[in-house]
Amino acid sequence: MTVVDARGQRCPLPIIALARQIGAVPIGATITVEADDPAARPDIQAWCRMRGHDYVGENRAADGTPAYTVRRSH
Amino acid sequence: VPAFLDAASGAPLHPAARAALTAALDEGWADPDRLYTAGRRARLLLDAARAAVAEGLGARPDEIFFAANGTQALHAAVLGTLAGNRGELFVHSAVEHSAVLHAARSAGTAVPVGVDALGRVDAAAFAAAAAAPGVAGAGLQAANHEVGTRQPVEVVAERLGRVPLVVDLSQTLGHAPVPDGWSVAAADARMWGGPTLGVLSVRTGVRWRSPYPEDERERGRIPGVPSVPVIVAAAAALRAVLAERDALAARQRALVDRIRRVVAAIPDVEVVGDPIDRLPHIVTFSCLYADGESLLRALDRRGFAVSSGSSCTSSTLEPSHVLVAMGALTSGNVRVSLHTATTGAEVDDFLAALPEVVAEVRAELGAAGL
Repeated sequence: MTVVDARGQRCPLPIIALARQIGAVPIGATITVEADDPAARPDIQAWCRMRGHDYVGENRAADGTPAYTVRRSH
Repeated sequence: VPAFLDAASGAPLHPAARAALTAALDEGWADPDRLYTAGRRARLLLDAARAAVAEGLGARPDEIFFAANGTQALHAAVLGTLAGNRGELFVHSAVEHSAVLHAARSAGTAVPVGVDALGRVDAAAFAAAAAAPGVAGAGLQAANHEVGTRQPVEVVAERLGRVPLVVDLSQTLGHAPVPDGWSVAAADARMWGGPTLGVLSVRTGVRWRSPYPEDERERGRIPGVPSVPVIVAAAAALRAVLAERDALAARQRALVDRIRRVVAAIPDVEVVGDPIDRLPHIVTFSCLYADGESLLRALDRRGFAVSSGSSCTSSTLEPSHVLVAMGALTSGNVRVSLHTATTGAEVDDFLAALPEVVAEVRAELGAAGL
């Protein structure tokens, strides 16, 4: 599983990191962004909508940081 | 051409307000509740101004009360409704002004009703939430302050029954028709080109109790001596903008349509809010892979004043609750809002500068070509 560590990064840096990495995972595979900026929650979902990928959901990393999972769909 | 494109944060003072303010500082400075000549002169000015504001809202003069500013008027509207009615729940759309949310949370329990992607509540869902036991009042803006989407106030009002409806008219009064059906309303003179002044309106017979210590001013609704010159100036601006409202709205609508068209053609930029059923003077968009603060600063360097709902531009570092509720992109957000003197040339210059500004900010973030 590919994980992007975006701790300490303010938006839009977490979605820029996600956009850079999405091409590196196979179609149908998931990628998880760990981000503590509160704007990452709406923005990762908006990015999925705008880019046509699937937003899988939100979890927490071991240290409690929100972790958002996206499935590459094309 | 430098251009002020943030009228929804407070428009520049309308020339009619400036002239009225100067005259009223000489004629209306005295306490309007005193019986000597200067006091009676101030009283006459205040009564005439109150009547003009009442006409603008579609209310009676004795239903109009002046507050220090728009936030205070919204607080009074919500707090007085909660204090005057049984129950502690205050139902509101998820996209109300933060003053409404904060007032509801401070005096009761706030119950948000979600919105669709255009920022609009569903009238049936809103009315159903307001019909629950323990609801003291409901709050719905006439139109949203960040994205311009109009709310179904009249449909909601018809379904509410006994629950008083508090309507935020802040961005609507002076710009678009005021909807019927409200019990309590609040407005902000800065949004129509007046000086800083809030307006509270409580319909006769509506249960509303002052949240403030007892005071005889403004019929016991808002404490303290009102500023007659400020009120006179606000009323003069309102008369002036209402006299040309429909013509101005048509002109602003055409300018906003132009902005929507050009902005939507910039790669990865989303225009937010209802394209048709909206205020004439507000348009909002979000730019992927750009941050709001850098966009604002880059536009300001070129002479354009706009605002943003992005988290980096807020003191709390939280993104706009309006954009979040709509599921819109919160980063790279820009709100453009027009005032009475905004010209087509100003808008054209803004639109000519914008693609370069967006590209510049994306390049700084290393996001070009993503």
